[in-house]
Amino acid sequence: MPLLRRLQRVPGRLSRQLVVLFFTLLSLFPVYFMLVSALKSKADYLANKFNLPPHPILDNFQTAFAGEKFLIRFANSAILTIGAVTASLVVACLAAYAFARMQFPGKRTLFNLMLSLMVVPPVVMVVPLFVTMVRFKLVNTYQGAILIYIGLLLPFSIYMMTNFFQTIPHEIVDAARIDGCSNLGVFTRILMPLSAPAVITLVVVNALWVWNELLIALIFLQRDEMKTLMVGIASMRSRIYVDIPATMAGLLVATIPIVVLYIFGQRYFIRGLIGGAVK
Amino acid sequence: MQHRKHEPWLYLAPALVMLLAVFGYPMVRLVILSLQRTQAGELGFVGLGNYELLFRDDVFLQAVRNNLKLLLTVPVTVGLALLLAVFLFERMLGWRLYRTTLFLPYLLPITAVGLVFSYIFQLSGVLNDFLHAVGLGVLAQDWLGSTTLALPTVMFVIIWKEVGFGVVLFLARLMSVEEELFDAARVDGANWWQLQRHITIPQLATVIEFFTVISVITVLSWVFGYVFVMTSGGPGNSTMVTELYVYLMGFRYNQMNLAAAVSVLLLLVTGIFIFLELRLRERSDLGVVS
Repeated sequence: MPLLRRLQRVPGRLSRQLVVLFFTLLSLFPVYFMLVSALKSKADYLANKFNLPPHPILDNFQTAFAGEKFLIRFANSAILTIGAVTASLVVACLAAYAFARMQFPGKRTLFNLMLSLMVVPPVVMVVPLFVTMVRFKLVNTYQGAILIYIGLLLPFSIYMMTNFFQTIPHEIVDAARIDGCSNLGVFTRILMPLSAPAVITLVVVNALWVWNELLIALIFLQRDEMKTLMVGIASMRSRIYVDIPATMAGLLVATIPIVVLYIFGQRYFIRGLIGGAVK
Repeated sequence: MQHRKHEPWLYLAPALVMLLAVFGYPMVRLVILSLQRTQAGELGFVGLGNYELLFRDDVFLQAVRNNLKLLLTVPVTVGLALLLAVFLFERMLGWRLYRTTLFLPYLLPITAVGLVFSYIFQLSGVLNDFLHAVGLGVLAQDWLGSTTLALPTVMFVIIWKEVGFGVVLFLARLMSVEEELFDAARVDGANWWQLQRHITIPQLATVIEFFTVISVITVLSWVFGYVFVMTSGGPGNSTMVTELYVYLMGFRYNQMNLAAAVSVLLLLVTGIFIFLELRLRERSDLGVVS
């Protein structure tokens, strides 16, 4: 009887496996397409768009790097990402410390207000921000764009760090305080070193967000030598003559940092991105 | 914890200054801008004039209609994510690898993904080549170049990218459910459907609500990247969305005040859902400071 029941379950399991496999392959296909096309010559690409490259070549990367000021854009994206992620981390941790470990009037209201900013779409802020940035001559500067990114990253960052600081046992903090630690001392010597996993998670998620961001970069960094990688990519489609394999090589280089980071730090991505939704 | 009265504010100050600079002040400025217009070279208040103008603009109305149509992706995304999460939760062979792969699209830049998909869906693109190769050439279409098909194609890509987030979210929640709950139901002779209906769905209820709200906010106000890269709103405004309308009005046609009016409307609509999300968080005991 158990064997029979197990056999009966086989078709069900198999069909489930097939369903999941189908959607997994679908998820992967664009990445596969990017990878194989980047290694094909134009003729090979036109002859067959699906197969593995019959004669793999690296020329496309050379073409991609040569055109479109690729390296400058890559550097711009990196500068913005590093700047915004670092600054927002410091500012967010300080604020989170106050939210998690201090009492002050209006704390709950302030925290909820900040939470609500977490899902405000950037698009509604770009018009007034642009008007303001023009007045302060911050359009087409790293500082201007980084400032906006910091603001947009802060709500989620403060939320996450507050939640994490609250999980650190009060006893540890109290012990440090008895040993004569000041508030700042508790923060820099106790809380921060204990928060490494949360900090890594936050850095990963925020870096991903800034690296991938298009709208702010498009509007606030319009001058050619200030453009980011994503803005460069977005403008590729509108060109009349398109070298698809070279474009794919460029896309691959823009995407690879994320994929590599994800493969090595999967749990940080998952924890960070679903952060707060599930405990 | 003992501390001087002003001390919390010292720690909060940098964050508050930043948030006021990026959200607070611009929001006030936004409302003012939306009530102004340049007439005969001078900027003056026109009351709700910009808003009236918007509702007489067919392109704007088309954009709103398209955003509403995009809402159709939400039940598909949620349902598909639920199905895949339930399957993976049954610890099928290779479930970890499946989870890793299904989550990947959510991380990839919309810009790159959009460009890849535009090559997949173009007339001489990968999809049509495939259809011809398997003898289904009659089904080949100009997926992004037709006014009737462009929006559904964009919707497909949105679902493609967002599903993985739901899968991982649901799976994480399922894994924190007591195993005994499922065992007890099985011992009571519950079949697969009963198990899902009486255990899985109720256990996932708050997370499903949360993901639904997030997905609604996404299609109403976070789809700029998709349309900008894949269709630029075309053909013939058939994929115009409110975000793209803001961008074009504000930064192509120099109609900052009209763009501001759209932004205010968008903020009000998302505001409702942001409020909903906050309530959900509170109810599920998340994000509460003590």
